[in-house]
Amino acid sequence: MTDLLNALVIIANFIIVPGLAYGSQLALGALGVTLVFGVLRFSNIAHGETMAAGAMFTMLFTWLLQSMGIGFGPLPTALLALPFGIGAAMVLCLATDRAVYGYYRRVRASPAIYIIVSVGVMFVYNGLIRFVVGPQDRVITDGQRFIMKARAFKQATGLNEGLAIKTTQAVSVGCAVLAVGLLFWFLNRTRTGKSMRAYSDNEDLALLSGINPERVVLITWLITAALATLAGTLYGLDKSFRPFVYMQLLLPIFAAAIVGGFGSPLGAIAGGFVIAFSELTVTFAYKRVLAYLLPDSMAPSTLVQLLSTDYKIAVSFAILVIVLLIKPTGLFGQRTA
Amino acid sequence: MKKMLLAAVATTMIASPVLAADVKLGIIYGFTGPIESLTPPMAEAAEMAMKEVTDSGSFMDGSSVTGVRADSTCVDAAAATAGAERLITAEGISAIVGADCSGVTIAVLQNTAMAKGMVMISPSATSPALSDMEDNGLFFRTAPSDAREGQVVAEMLKEKGYNSVALTYTNNDYGKGLAGAIQSNFESMGGNITIVTAHEEGKGDYSAEVGALAQAGGDLLVVAGYLDQGGKMIIQGSLDAGSFDTFFLPGGMIGDSLPEAIGSDLDGSFGVVAGTDSPGAKMMSEIIGGELGPFVGESYDAAALIMLAMQAAGSTSSADFAGKVLDVANAPGEKIFPGELAKGMKILAGGGEIDYVGASAVELIGGGESAGSYREIVVEGAKNKTVGYR
Repeated sequence: MTDLLNALVIIANFIIVPGLAYGSQLALGALGVTLVFGVLRFSNIAHGETMAAGAMFTMLFTWLLQSMGIGFGPLPTALLALPFGIGAAMVLCLATDRAVYGYYRRVRASPAIYIIVSVGVMFVYNGLIRFVVGPQDRVITDGQRFIMKARAFKQATGLNEGLAIKTTQAVSVGCAVLAVGLLFWFLNRTRTGKSMRAYSDNEDLALLSGINPERVVLITWLITAALATLAGTLYGLDKSFRPFVYMQLLLPIFAAAIVGGFGSPLGAIAGGFVIAFSELTVTFAYKRVLAYLLPDSMAPSTLVQLLSTDYKIAVSFAILVIVLLIKPTGLFGQRTA
Repeated sequence: MKKMLLAAVATTMIASPVLAADVKLGIIYGFTGPIESLTPPMAEAAEMAMKEVTDSGSFMDGSSVTGVRADSTCVDAAAATAGAERLITAEGISAIVGADCSGVTIAVLQNTAMAKGMVMISPSATSPALSDMEDNGLFFRTAPSDAREGQVVAEMLKEKGYNSVALTYTNNDYGKGLAGAIQSNFESMGGNITIVTAHEEGKGDYSAEVGALAQAGGDLLVVAGYLDQGGKMIIQGSLDAGSFDTFFLPGGMIGDSLPEAIGSDLDGSFGVVAGTDSPGAKMMSEIIGGELGPFVGESYDAAALIMLAMQAAGSTSSADFAGKVLDVANAPGEKIFPGELAKGMKILAGGGEIDYVGASAVELIGGGESAGSYREIVVEGAKNKTVGYR
């Protein structure tokens, strides 16, 4: 029985807890991408930098709060600064839309042009962020670091294996659940949310039934900015804030959005967790888990690792290719990506 | 026709950089990227050597030397090559101090320096692959090869009584070369390496690597990576998950930013970085007024060697002075320490010989690389402490 528990604790410590946290961060990022695709009909390459910008604004407000001596007890102060960061990111997104995307919407540019435009926006944001805070790595986490420490867990339970849960991991999952809940309530229950879905399903019909397109666009950008800031800040809290890592996050985020089905919010969430857990489970070495579960005589001598961690990026892309081959609309999507 | 030829010859003579001109040296370091906390003091040391030589007034009949910086990014070969191209074509540099990381150094050497026939001296590219790479006699380094560092790492682990260790490396020429050297040396001494796994720089999440390393187990984790990025994330992740308490930190992981970022959890971890306790290192730290950071002395030496070789050859053209680098670096001759570049310039101008010792006890062996001495580091009270040399 203890053996089984030890094996479960290993899996929880190295796969479930980090996978849930990373998956939540990816899911929030993918939600933003998928919303822009669903309503504004283009793949927003600048989304990674929007996350970075949002996280940067939050970080600036966090410093302000910290310098004023305001903390959030055991939780990171950045959570208090989050609403201000979201506000600043909303201003940035709306200004970008007014200055850049609005024009291409008026001339009804093709999606390919939109993608290139968003690449340009990405580079501008990128430079802006480095101009404001520089390229350095910054740690913005404060408050209590752990909910459960590996050593404390071992002592409390008497098991051989430890389980560590960081505050930021719990905060990531908690915030993601809250944000997703709010988003779904908004999309399904409010008039504005329904008009957004209508606009996304069929633009012409929506316009005919009197939905104001500019308002839909405005709301979409506001939600996207909020989701991006949340995802970026949670990621920065859990790891550390470094501007150019957000560009690297873009690939798994797009993979998550496509696997789930572009334009489908539910799919984006599922996709985020599929990508996060596939990276972890396929490259995990199961040697010690099996050693606990199997009788001693059958204990493995090798690492029992399906794939070396070198290939973990290949794993998410293999899933992406398989999904596109078998079900091009993604797991939950109606439209092809 | 004859007149035209004469005119052509005359213009080339005017254009060639002789006589009290301003000589420019390129400094190609990763000012952004995974070792960005190390490079600013390195570049300042190289520029300090240039200023010293300019102020001496005796370099090439009173020429001045200035440094022009370019970003190697440490990991992006295309960006580093583009930077080197810009320095050569737009800035008109005469030689390259750099690059810093092994992968970009190889890229700049093969794509740019060899094509343009330009000497480059790297202070910190340590990959064993650079030892016997074709370089047309243009490449030198004041840092030792990792083949030697691998041996030192294995000896230290054995001496401290570690027999079973896990090993992770940054997935590039530096990491691969060093990991291979550590593994072969440690295993030939009877040690056991439980897992060798690569990690990429700048990735979003390292849970998979941390998980695999934890499952393989071992008494200690050797992290052959970079202190500002992947290496730091792996250490933080392993500490958080409670899988390793002690880490071995090779050259790329030594710097003040790592213990600062991790805190007291890193206490007891130890490592090694190129460095000496030679009188030159002390003189250098007195000049900069503080402890010598990683590769700072080597960087000063790289710039100094280039200028001394130019002086010895009486030319700033790489084809002329490339052959002089080994002459000025090794015996016989008057020993030259940091801060004494003016003296070296005068001796060379007078036709004498020098043996440049510099801050890192420069002794170039084989194809022009440092023989190598190392500084042993232990982390105590969230600070790197030098405990010995080997």
